[in-house]
Amino acid sequence: MLAHYGYKDGSGDYFIIIDTDKCNGCGKCVETCPPRVLELIDDEYDIEGGLMAAVTDEHRKKIKYSCGPCKPVSGERKLPCVLICETKAITHSW
Amino acid sequence: MTEQSEEFWRWREYRHTDPDKDWHDAKIVTAGVDIGSVGSKAVVTLDGELYAYSVMRTGGVSEETAIEAMNRALEGTGLKTDNVHYVVGTGYGRVNVPFAKRTITEIACHARGAHYIYGPTVRTVLDIGGQDCKAIRCDEKGKVMSFLMNDKCAAGTGRGLEVFADLIRVPIEKLGKTSLNVEEEPPPVSNTCVIFAKAESVALLRQGWLKEKVAAAYHLAMVNRIVDLLTRVGIEKDFVVTGGVAKNTGIIFRLEKSLGIRPLEPKLDPILAGAIGAALFAKALYEKQIGLR
Repeated sequence: MLAHYGYKDGSGDYFIIIDTDKCNGCGKCVETCPPRVLELIDDEYDIEGGLMAAVTDEHRKKIKYSCGPCKPVSGERKLPCVLICETKAITHSW
Repeated sequence: MTEQSEEFWRWREYRHTDPDKDWHDAKIVTAGVDIGSVGSKAVVTLDGELYAYSVMRTGGVSEETAIEAMNRALEGTGLKTDNVHYVVGTGYGRVNVPFAKRTITEIACHARGAHYIYGPTVRTVLDIGGQDCKAIRCDEKGKVMSFLMNDKCAAGTGRGLEVFADLIRVPIEKLGKTSLNVEEEPPPVSNTCVIFAKAESVALLRQGWLKEKVAAAYHLAMVNRIVDLLTRVGIEKDFVVTGGVAKNTGIIFRLEKSLGIRPLEPKLDPILAGAIGAALFAKALYEKQIGLR
């Protein structure tokens, strides 16, 4: 399942997309994210359950700003969450 | 003494029991309680078939609303909450359903409920709720493949329509039809904020626009916003709309026009999709619990 967390506003689309089929719930992205945008939650989408990464409620409506420090306007973007994920489960829409 | 003025946003609360079914014959009785931001729904299923349901407005205390919705659904059936084998809570207030054994997100429940209401050909579900809007892609089993939720602003949601119904003094049930009563579509109002949209609508009314025309502009803004969201997850046939706003013909007509895909006609009140999905999940969970699967 592709879980899109974020929003669209007048300035653009801001979504963190987590592929829950790829996510193994290791939690490395949670540890590495400087502003702690991510968390591990119980899979509430299926009756099987299990752990998966998700964007916290606190950051869901402001990720444009929360993720800002990792996304300099100029220069190369090395997103810690994307780099550390072994299964390549995380992508950003902007 | 002041006369009570009519409240145009108020939608109808109701309950229903299937007279052809008897819960005494059922092996598994499950329920789904969907506590939404604006409306609360409780559904009781017998062996996975819809039996009784209730739709009411969410009150200030989610726990009380959950109990009341459940009691209303069970009213006259002789069933008690204790007789129900498994209850699943869903919606914004899902953690506040005191008698629910488990919670499942409304996204999964809407996909599952749409699968029940519209059949296994459903691939795209658009749930327009009271306070948010969700675009969901699902497979032939009703399992979520991709989803996107917009809950940053109530623009493009049911609550926005309630506010608008009050503004132009047209009952909410007739709002969609009113908005279609225009010769050509006016330019849409702002679609990023429900307060701005209302302010713009007020300005247009003051400029002398007919309320039908303002309604059209408001509906069009909502649809534009919703279509933007849908495009991100992609639209595939069959396409359905669930949630209370699915009953608004002005939204459905414009969605069809904008997407070029006609949403399927619902056999049941589409507001129930989430609660039906929860009741069906409850059945699966109960079967798992007693070792049937």
